Parts: sequence; structure tokens; C-alpha cells
Amino acid sequence: MKTKLFDYIERDNFVYNLSGVTKLLCFLLLSFAVMLTYDIRSVILILVFSFVMLHISGIKLRQVKLMMYYTLVFLVLNFALTYLFAPQYGVEIYGTKHLLFTFNARYIVTQEQLLYQMTKFFKYAAVIPLGMLFLLTTNPSEFAASLNSIKVSYKLCYAFALTLRYFPDIITEYHEIALAQQSRGLDLSKKEKVSTRVSNTFHIMVPLIFSVLNRVEIISNAMDLRGFGKNKKRTWYAKRPLKTGDIVSVSVCAAVLIGTLLMAAFVNHGRFWNPFVYGWF
Amino acid sequence: MKDAFKINTKTIVATGLGAALFAVLFMFVKIPTGIPETQIQTAYGIGAFFAALFGPIAGAAIAFIGHAVSDSVQYGSAWWSWVVASGVSCFIVGLVMPKLHVEEGSFGKQDVLLFNVFQIIGNAIAWIIVAPVLDIVVYSEPVNLVFTQGVVAAISNAVSMGVIGSLLLLLYSKTKSSKGSLSTED
Repeated sequence: MKTKLFDYIERDNFVYNLSGVTKLLCFLLLSFAVMLTYDIRSVILILVFSFVMLHISGIKLRQVKLMMYYTLVFLVLNFALTYLFAPQYGVEIYGTKHLLFTFNARYIVTQEQLLYQMTKFFKYAAVIPLGMLFLLTTNPSEFAASLNSIKVSYKLCYAFALTLRYFPDIITEYHEIALAQQSRGLDLSKKEKVSTRVSNTFHIMVPLIFSVLNRVEIISNAMDLRGFGKNKKRTWYAKRPLKTGDIVSVSVCAAVLIGTLLMAAFVNHGRFWNPFVYGWF
Repeated sequence: MKDAFKINTKTIVATGLGAALFAVLFMFVKIPTGIPETQIQTAYGIGAFFAALFGPIAGAAIAFIGHAVSDSVQYGSAWWSWVVASGVSCFIVGLVMPKLHVEEGSFGKQDVLLFNVFQIIGNAIAWIIVAPVLDIVVYSEPVNLVFTQGVVAAISNAVSMGVIGSLLLLLYSKTKSSKGSLSTED
């Protein structure tokens, strides 16, 4: 039960040296670009760009292998379900019908459906390296500071910082309670009936929740005693000042977002790149 | 009358730790239903429990942060449409907070009913309206697919909140001494 989010290793390269708020902004700008456009060319360009950045940041494949595997399972499932539920949705979107082959009256394969599903596949896939880049190269202590820099209320940022701080602790505690209950004979494995496993799960959750509520009491008292929430603003120890690299990176990402929007408005006649009506080039 | 939107230090800490708990349960504690790829997420029971105790803002933030963190840890990035829907469902459950008196040790039949009415409305709005609409707007998912997924999610999350949330609130109310439970000796 290792958690990859906290697999943070300090490195000295361009991506790591960017400020947290820069990486957050770039992540948001590029995610929006990917979410808004349905042009497979822009999406693949962003995908390639983020893999290049992933390479520059020096993140090792073994760090992200498990995430990629989970994502691939999700994407393949989504791909299959989309076809199962709406085999002719592409025809509806693009307005033309180029038949490739036929299974039966409902399940036909068209070029439109393939383009639609491939675009969607890459749209989902393109966000993943972006997210990894942000998560794995930012010092966890800097997350809250970066959120506060983009004007999220500092109280909410502090809640987020507490989440990251106590996430590993609660995993450990969950594990300890589970082992303690198992040593008393509570079976959580697949050998037990589902109904018994449900009530056995409950025997872990209850002590876990009450211990968390206890912690809430202790931590909030400690924070109150130190005068938390008295002022309108607070400063952050982990906040980094912006440098030239930061400004350049945010500008590049903003340009990508504006570029995809302009493409949609003036070249593609809408969100969808439609080669069937307007030609492939 | 308690103010549902009031935020103090305890709300903030409860939000932070609640979100961590939500993320842990979201990742590790799922109950199989027998239908493949469909599991009941116990995390929503916890989300509803915290929302009923600490109000809509804490509830929304717990589900939003918790879901985003667990998604990020597992997939590398969050599925925002579903993360937002999680937040909405717990926000609506949180609106029940001023009507309940769990901290004073009372959680009777009527309160159980009230809590469940709110959570069912919350799940219906979040999973049958918010999540599918966002999926269609952002990813142009086929309409019948997202609504089918939405209905399945709404039912399984309502079961989680209804069973786990109600039971936890009942247990928690038992640990609090009720108002006027002490009497003076003659």
C-alpha cells in the first residue's frame, strides 16, 4: 500500500525549479485546452509536449507505471462501453457516414466513429502526463501555497495542506486497525461471504473514524491556541518567488490554450475538427 | 438555529482530515456488489457523515479534495466531472446539518428519515444531472452511456450514504451525552 503521491524526490532541473504556482497554472491551462477542443491534432500535440516535459523532468517510468496501467484499463473500458452504447454517435456528430464494415443493423463501424473515439481516447490520455508532471515535481508542502497564490481562500488551502499531511498517517492507521481486527479473527479476504465482509469492514471503519474525530479535536485546539484564522491573509514558508522561467512557461501554456481556442473559432468551425466535411488539410 | 455556512477552525481541520479519510477509503475500502466493475464506495458514507456533522462547505470540500487526491494517486490526474459531482452530492447532504442535533446526542427515526431524504436528493442531482451533463459538455460522451453510468452511481452511492452514513451518525450520537440527561438530586 505505497502511495505514489508522496514519492517526491527533490531534483535539480528546469521543471523541478519552477514555482508550484507556475506548474499549477500550466496544468490548469493545458487541461482546459485539452478539455475544450475536439481536434485530435491539438490533443496529440499537447500529449507529445507533456511526454517531452516528463522526460526533461527526469521522472522514471517505474514511478508512473502503475498509474499508467490503471489509466489504460479505464480508457479501454470507456472505449468499449462507448461503442456498445452509441456505435453511431460519430455519424451524428460529424454529419457524414463513411462505412468501413458492418456487424449488424446497429453495430456498424464508420470512419466518423473511429475518429470520435480515438479523439476521446487521446483527450483523456493527454491529461494524465500533465497531472503527473504537476503532482510528482511539486513539493507537497508547496501545494497549499500555490493554491493560495491563485486566490483560493487560505482556510481552504490549509484544509488541503492538512489532507496531504494526514493522508499517509490515516493509511498507516487503517492498516494497523485492519491487522488488529484480523488478529482477532475478522476475515476480510475473498474466502468470506460478501455480507460478512461488509459487516467486517464496518468493524474497521468505526474505530478509524472515531480516532480521526479525536485528532480533529486535538489539532483544531492546537490551531486555535496559536490564533489560526485571526487575520485575513497568511504567508507560506514553502512559497517560491517567480523567476523568468516561470513567466515563460505560463506564457507558453496560455498561448497553447488561446491557440486551440482560435483553431476552434476560425479554422475548425466549432469544437470538432471535421475532416469529413471540410477536408483533411 | 445553527448556521450551516459558518466556518471555524474545527470545520477546517475536520475538512482536511475528513478529506484524507475519504481518499483512503475511496482507494482501499470498496464493497463488491456482485456486478462486475461496480462497487459500493464506502467513502461516500463517510462524506455524508462529515457533511451532516460539519455542514455543506466542509462536506463539499471533503468529497472534492478526497476524490481528487485518490484519483490523482491512482491515475495521475483527476476526472474533474466526477470529482465535481462528488462535491455537489456532499454539499447537498450538508444542508441537513442545521436540522439535526447529533452533537447533542439525538438521532431518532425522524432524523434518519430527514438525513436520507437529503442524501437521496443530493445523489440524484449529483449523479443523474451534474456528472452526466459535465461529461457531455467536456468530453462529448454519448448521452445514453453517461446517464446509465449516472443512475448506477446514484443508486450505489445512495446505498452507501444511507446505510453507512445513518449507522455512523447513530453510533456517534450515542457517544454524546444528550441535553438534559442529568438531573439534580433532592
